[in-house]
Amino acid sequence: MRRLDANSPFRDHEISDLLVRRIREIAPSDPLKLCHVCGTHEWTITHSGLRSLLPESVSLIAGPGCPVCIVPAQEIDEAVWLALNGVTVVTFGDMYRVPGSEFSLEDAKSRGGDVRVVYSVRDAAEMASNGPGMDFVFFAIGFETTAPMNAVEVPRSPENLSFLVSHRLIPPAIDFLAEMEDLNIDGVIAPGHVSTVIGMRPYGRFPEEYGMPTVIAGFEPLDVLMGVYMLLRQIESGSPRLENEYSRAVTYEGNVKAQAAVDEVFDAVDGAWRGLGEIPSSALQLKEEFSGKDARERFEIDVGLGRDVYPGCSCPQVIIGKITPDECPLFMRACTPEKPKGACMVSREGTCNIWAIHSPL
Amino acid sequence: MCLAIPGKVLEIKGNVAKVDFGNGVIRDVDITLVDVDVGKYVLVHTGYAIQVMEEEDARETLDLWREILNVFEQSPQDKPGA
Repeated sequence: MRRLDANSPFRDHEISDLLVRRIREIAPSDPLKLCHVCGTHEWTITHSGLRSLLPESVSLIAGPGCPVCIVPAQEIDEAVWLALNGVTVVTFGDMYRVPGSEFSLEDAKSRGGDVRVVYSVRDAAEMASNGPGMDFVFFAIGFETTAPMNAVEVPRSPENLSFLVSHRLIPPAIDFLAEMEDLNIDGVIAPGHVSTVIGMRPYGRFPEEYGMPTVIAGFEPLDVLMGVYMLLRQIESGSPRLENEYSRAVTYEGNVKAQAAVDEVFDAVDGAWRGLGEIPSSALQLKEEFSGKDARERFEIDVGLGRDVYPGCSCPQVIIGKITPDECPLFMRACTPEKPKGACMVSREGTCNIWAIHSPL
Repeated sequence: MCLAIPGKVLEIKGNVAKVDFGNGVIRDVDITLVDVDVGKYVLVHTGYAIQVMEEEDARETLDLWREILNVFEQSPQDKPGA
């Protein structure tokens, strides 16, 4: 398969051999935990078997980096309610099968609801243009990488398209992890494409305030290995700082246009994360002037508080890297990719799903 | 979800560009969020370009890595585990 030259050199064997040797030389003998917060990083790490290349003392743990896994059940219930009450709900495929308190959007469709899976919010805008007289709601999920697209479409989309906004923000989730006393993270691999949008500045507080080594990394296997190596160098020298491994896609300022678009349309507010509870200033909400495009304002959605966790499911511990998927009693027994119980097993970016498909069992 | 794929801009009409992702896959991409010219590479997430990329940057990064990693190999004082 022909790959774009910007990425293919990042699978170079010579460099990966050298990197693994350096990592082994520099790794301390005491155990340490490096945490990433991105489903795509987990995919690269597991799919490429990177954990098997690292010394035993270095654990790579997966934080809350799957944006559909952390949407509270109550907000999925809202989407399901809309679909069952005459509204066409448009969503990304990742969200389609994630269960709310009881039903997923797939279930809503099987009960007669109009649920459509798209690749882009542009598709939703186009559907709304072609369907006058129908009400469309785009289920706006995702982290900082995905929020700018909705920020662009909110002001310019057709009147019959509104937005059920469930965006969440990554830096406040890293604060949450860094402040957890019993998690004890030694370094953070920050997500490359979130950082493409927000730049480096928002991560400055992690080394400065928490003394947390922080490296922004890309998604090729070499990117992740280099990120690990850079973190180990910081840990070895005892000088935590912010470094950018993914300089080919991340600048210090980030994408200023995208940031401006988000600031114009959304406010940051406190938000609940599925199974984790509320994290301050970690969610986006449409500004007052765009309340007409807010599905929660437009429709009288009637749902209860929501049940985030299926009985026995360990997703809340898996999501913060406290346990690995195979430590959950349901993993590959009651909970499989075919019949998932928890959100982490549903999404292709959920840690349990990635482990189920790519890990040797 | 935060997956983004690089592709080469073939033509631009207003805020939409035709982008070549390789293997004959050519898609319309919204370029509202970037300033880009034909012939450049963009990083695309859910149909929108989020960054302009330079092919040279990738090569320079790797050359730099090679240099750093080899320098450490030649300097015993930089090899605490050795």
